[in-house]
Formats: sequence, structure tokens, C-alpha cells
Amino acid sequence: MIEGYAVPDFVSDFWNYYVIAITVISILGVMWFLKQQSGQKLAPGEKAALMEHAWDGDLQELNNPLPKWWLYMFWGLIFFSIIYLVLFPGLGKFPGVLNWTSAAQYTDEKTRIDADFNKVMEPFLHEDVMKVAADPTAKEMGNHLFLTYCSQCHGSNAQGDGKNFPNLSDKTWLFGGDPDSIKASISAGHSAEMPANLLGDEKSAKEVANYVLSLGGKPHDAALAEAGKTKFAACAGCHGEDGKGNAAAGFPNLTDDAWQYGGSEAAIVETIMKGRKGGMPAFQDMLGDAKIQLLTAYVWGLGGGQTPAAPAPVAAAPAAAPAAAAEAAQAK
Amino acid sequence: MEATYNYKVVRQFAIMTVVWGIVGMLVGVIIAAQLIWPDITLQLPWLSFGRLRPLHTNAVIFAFGGCGLFAASLYVVQRTCQTRLISDGLAAFVFWGWQLIILSAAVSFVLGITSGKEYAELEWPIDLMIAVVWIAYAILYFGTIMKRKTSHIYVANWFFGAYIITITLLHVVNNIELPWILGGSTSLFGMFKSYPVYSGVQDAMVQWWYGHNAVGFFLTTAFLGMMYYFIPKQAGRPIFSYRLSIVHFWSLNFIYMWAGPHHLLYSALPDWAQSLGMVFSLMLIAPSWGGMMNGIMTLSGAWHKLRTDPILKFLITSLSFYGMSTFEGPMMSVKTVNALSHFTDWTIGHVHSGAMGWVAMVTIGSMYYLIPRLFGREEMWSTRLINVHFWWSTIGVVLYIASMWIAGVAEGLMWRATNADGTLTYSFAQVVNAIYPFYTIRLVGGVMFFLGMLLMAYNVWKTVAAGKAVNDAAIPQAVHA
Repeated sequence: MIEGYAVPDFVSDFWNYYVIAITVISILGVMWFLKQQSGQKLAPGEKAALMEHAWDGDLQELNNPLPKWWLYMFWGLIFFSIIYLVLFPGLGKFPGVLNWTSAAQYTDEKTRIDADFNKVMEPFLHEDVMKVAADPTAKEMGNHLFLTYCSQCHGSNAQGDGKNFPNLSDKTWLFGGDPDSIKASISAGHSAEMPANLLGDEKSAKEVANYVLSLGGKPHDAALAEAGKTKFAACAGCHGEDGKGNAAAGFPNLTDDAWQYGGSEAAIVETIMKGRKGGMPAFQDMLGDAKIQLLTAYVWGLGGGQTPAAPAPVAAAPAAAPAAAAEAAQAK
Repeated sequence: MEATYNYKVVRQFAIMTVVWGIVGMLVGVIIAAQLIWPDITLQLPWLSFGRLRPLHTNAVIFAFGGCGLFAASLYVVQRTCQTRLISDGLAAFVFWGWQLIILSAAVSFVLGITSGKEYAELEWPIDLMIAVVWIAYAILYFGTIMKRKTSHIYVANWFFGAYIITITLLHVVNNIELPWILGGSTSLFGMFKSYPVYSGVQDAMVQWWYGHNAVGFFLTTAFLGMMYYFIPKQAGRPIFSYRLSIVHFWSLNFIYMWAGPHHLLYSALPDWAQSLGMVFSLMLIAPSWGGMMNGIMTLSGAWHKLRTDPILKFLITSLSFYGMSTFEGPMMSVKTVNALSHFTDWTIGHVHSGAMGWVAMVTIGSMYYLIPRLFGREEMWSTRLINVHFWWSTIGVVLYIASMWIAGVAEGLMWRATNADGTLTYSFAQVVNAIYPFYTIRLVGGVMFFLGMLLMAYNVWKTVAAGKAVNDAAIPQAVHA
């Protein structure tokens, strides 16, 4: 069994010997065949004989000896192969003189690159996210990481696609725009599933959509909204009686301006009718703390980052308190 | 009847070679354009890249290449065995069966029905049809060999024979699959869905054992059979070396069988299997070049014919591309090279230097030899047009493979480029963006190759119009055999 493999290559030694035997016999067989066929030579000036058979009138064959350069090339390739099989794994369980494995090559390369990476990233890991965001080096690295891991959905300019993938550069947030919330979103991801057609028909969906719009104080049809008010009970289980959701549990606030799937009446009706199955993968295991730190700072610094709410009202800063409270209220 | 050759089935396959060549290459042009303008097919699901791509590969390999091989092998086996095919009924069954398979394939791919195995995407009902038609073909072919009037079997027939036997084995083993209806599917499309009996890395290994030998035996051995008849015929010269043909025939067939794992380097396949795939792929250069040398050297003493005979130009140029791609392939199977080339457009370029440069050009040359004879004429309506076709094809292939080399190496290098801090220098989208100019050059090359096929169709049309279809051709008196 080769170190690092979950399953051994061979369940019994028979297969080991089988592979070795069939490989060795095959290569020896090719050598024997080649040797046996390369004895014929032409004397200087001698022309190759024409074979006696003819087909379809004029199809005939000369019998020239094997071209020398071709033979040498064939032998050279065979010897290269033999040497390779001595040095590298190939003959069953025999690991090869160099003890090379692809798994070890991967681990070595990854260790080396991670070491380079960590040297540069380590200093940022324990710094405050907002400070990291201001550092030009961190910003550049964050940009590279963002293009590698995030741009596939959120776009290379982080503006999303306007429908399924949120814009990260504006000031509206579905799951919070302060450093800790952003970091949590990247590390743990989000999964949201809204069931389709809970209300049963499109008319009710339209009424509830207008009620939802009314909750956020947006233009709506008052009559429809009134009709939708009672039907909203089907939604309240997740989004709350007041429609403000529960960000921590992943249930969106329906009264703000942050819409993942669009805030027009038509888009809301579509969401109610068809349901939604959204999700962002969790990156903690894949990226690790240091890269997530840089990405958090980068995303925070794109323009919409919010300062965390003050820990507790401090007596010395009474003027700041209302501002912080207003900001906290805006945090979504 | 006994004293005649069955030209009817050869003629049917020869004409369909041109038809399917045009269809298959047109689909290729469309998907090459989709890579530049993704919305060119108006986002219709039936014409999306994922459905048209297998349609393109299957159409050019099994419809265009397949019909060319049926035509050539059924012609060559009669002419070199000096006997008629054993059964006209079986011959007709093979022709109509194969056309039905091609049509079913086209419809099922467009509908999105696929088993998801590359070059074996067809689902189980069509797999069964292929097995039946293929066995009928084997009976027809080997039956004819058995009742031959010549004492020796001509070398072209060795290659056709090896191809027919091996494709049977490859097709059956790779397509052992369980239809979903056995598991109780009641949906309409579930009727066609199947799953392979193999799983995980075993499935991958069986698939690429099949995949690479489809290249080795369908696209190489069989077309060498074509080469061994049409080059000496067109050049009017004997084969360079009987001995070389023996050595490269056996070593080619034997060594090819091992090469599949080079498609799975740096994967979950155990290292020992990867290494064996790599070293046998390397050794494969020699037998491949043996075939190329035997074809090209057959021209010695008749080199001047290359200047005036565009059919010979097609045939000899095809061998040059064969030699080039059979050197390139082994190099790409070296692990360090593969680490760069894998998943890039270099692979696409490599496949097309084989498919357009070798397979298509040797087929086109052979059809230009064959088609007038099937219509009672000495030669094609216009030799000049053949010459124009030759140059368009050659420039088309060169543009195609050169652009894909550059694109592939660029992709490989850009994907692995890292900044000093360890981050990737380029995002995937940036790499795609850098490749657009080369996609455009590739499209131009592909369009040129496709337009060449239209010239061929016109030339064939005029030849057919001026000639008269020969159903049964008299068997000439044997010189000596």
C-alpha cells in the first residue's frame, strides 16, 4: 500500500505479480520480435527484391530491410521505457528506485507554495479587517483571490449579475456588511431554500407581493396589499410577522432594499410562485483563515463595508451613539 | 454475379462519406463559432454547445470516417481477394443499418440523450444497433477474405481485419451498461438512460482504454489499411517494405492497447497504471512512424508525381500529418508535458491534426481515386478543383493546429502562473479572454476546410452526372497470386 492512499492498489499479491509478469513479458516480446526481424541487410549497391505476389493487377511489395534510423529509434524508446520503469512506479507494487508518487509530488508542491503564501499573509491574519482593507498589498492580493474564487458568480467587478448573484460593491447587504458578518458568509456560506407556491395560486401571490412591498413602504396597490395581509401568515414562519426575517438564520428581511432575486412586483411574484434555491458554498475548509481574512477585507473595502456596531454605549461618546444605532438599524 | 465485384455498396458508402463529411464539419464550424459568439444559436437548447459537440465528434468519426472506411474496406477486400462480397443482402444491411445508426445518433444528441462517455455517448438502444451491424460487417468482411482467390492476404486487409476485431471488443466492453428502465424509470427519457456497470476510477480506465483505442484502431489502423491500398495504386509503385509492414503492424496493434491511461495522468488512477500508459505511449512512436515511412517511401522513384497529382498530394500530406501527430501524442503523454497540456486547447489541436490532417485527408484522397471508378470513369470531373481543395484543406489544417498550439500553451502557462505572494496571476475568465484571437483563427481554418468539402461535393456531383453508376464490375483476370 502506498502511503497517502485510502485504498490499496492491490487486494491480493496475485495482481502485483500479474502486472509485473505481463509487462516484462510484453517488453521482452517486443525486443525479441524486433531482433528477429532486423537481421536482413542489403549489400552496398544491392536493390531490395520484389516479393512474388501481386494483388488486383499491379499491387506489389518490395522487401527493403527496416530503416536503420528507425530501428535505433525503436530500441532507444524501449530502453528509455525500461529505465523509466526501474526509476518510477509501474511494475505492480514496486515503487521504483526514486520512490516517487504523484501524491507526494502534490503534497511537496502544495507545502512549498503554502509556505510562500503564509509568509506574505501571516502578518495580516491577526490585524483588524478594516486596517487590512486599507493596506495596498493586501488589497492587491485580495483582488487576485477574489478573481480566482469569487468572480465566477459575483463577477470580476463584484457587481453580481443583477439577479441571482448579489452585488458586493453596493451598500445593501443580505447578511450583513460588517467585517464579522462578511467573514461568516465566506467561511460558512449560505443556503437558502424557499418553497414554491405556498399560497396556492398566482392571484394570492400577487396580493402578498403587494403586501410585502407595503411593508417596506414602497409603491404598491393598496387594495391588493390589504387582501394579501392575512395570506402573509404563510410567509411569517420564516420571514417573521413584520417581514423583517432573521438574518442569523438566513431568512431575508423583506422590508429593506436588499433583494437577491429582484424587488419588483413581477420578480416577487415569480419568487413566490416558483420558490428559490439559492446558496453560496462554504469556503472555510478550502481556503483557510488567512485567505478568508484577505477576502473579507477586500470585499469589505469594495465600497459597502460597514463599521461594526459599537460594543456598548460608552458614556464618553454620547454623540456617536445615535449614529451607531442608525447604522446598526441599517445593517441587514 | 460470381464474376463481378459488388460496387453498389461501395458507391453508397462513398457518396455518404462526402455527405456526412459536410454535415460533421458544418457542426464543427458552428461550435467553433459558438466559442467566440456564445449566443449565435439563439440559446436554443437543442443547438447548445454541449449537445452539438458530441454530434460533431461522432459525425466526423463514425459517420464521415466510418462511411469512408466501409467504402474503402469493402472495395479493397474485393479487389485484393479477387472475389465478390459473400452476400449482397448483408452488404445492404450494413449500409442501411449504419445510416439508421447515424440518424438516430444525430436525433438523440440534439435531444440531449447521452451516456456522457466521450466518443461513446450513444445510449444503449443505439449501442445494441451498432453491435448488430458491426457483427454483420465482420461476417461480410471475413467471409469474403475466406473465399478469396488469391493465396496471400494483402497487407491492407491485415489492418482492416485488426480494426474490425478490435472495435467489436472495445465497443462491447465499454458499453456494458444497465438501462434505467430495469430500475423502474417511468419517464419518457428514462427509457434511453443507462449507467455503466463500472464505477469510479475503473469506469474512467475502461472508458479511456476504449477512447484511446478508438483513436488507435478506428482512426489509425483502419486508415492505414486505406493508405496501403490507395497510395501504391495512385503512385503506381510497389510498397516500400513487406518486412516493415509486418513489424509495424504487429508492434502497432500490440503497443496501442496499453496507451489508454495517458488520458488519466495525475488522476485517481494508481501511479503504476499511469506509468505503464506513459511508457507504452512513448514506444508507440516507432510503430506509428513505421507506417508513415512505408507509405512515403513507396513514392521513391515517383516523387515527380507529387507535383502534378493532387490526389497523391492529399495522400502523402496526410501521412506527414500522421507522422507529426503520432510524435506529438507520445510527447503529450509524458507526465511533465501533460501537466501543462491537459485540459488546454492543445489537446483539441492535437486531435485535429490527426482528424483533419490524417484521417480526413487520406479519406478525401482515397475517395477522389474511388468515386470516378464507381461511376465508370477514369478520373474526377475536375483535377484542378481537387488541387484547389488540397490547398484549402492544407492551409485550413495548419491554421487550425497552429492556433490551438498557441492557445493551448498559453492556457497551460497562464493557469499555472502565480504571483510572488502565491496567488494565481490570472483568473479563468482572463485566460479565456486571451484565447479569443486564436479561436477566431481556428474558426477561419475550420471554415476553409469545410469550404473545401463543398468543392469536393460539387466535383463529385459533376462526376456522377457525367458518369453512369456501376453496380457490378467485372473481375479482371488474375496476373498471378
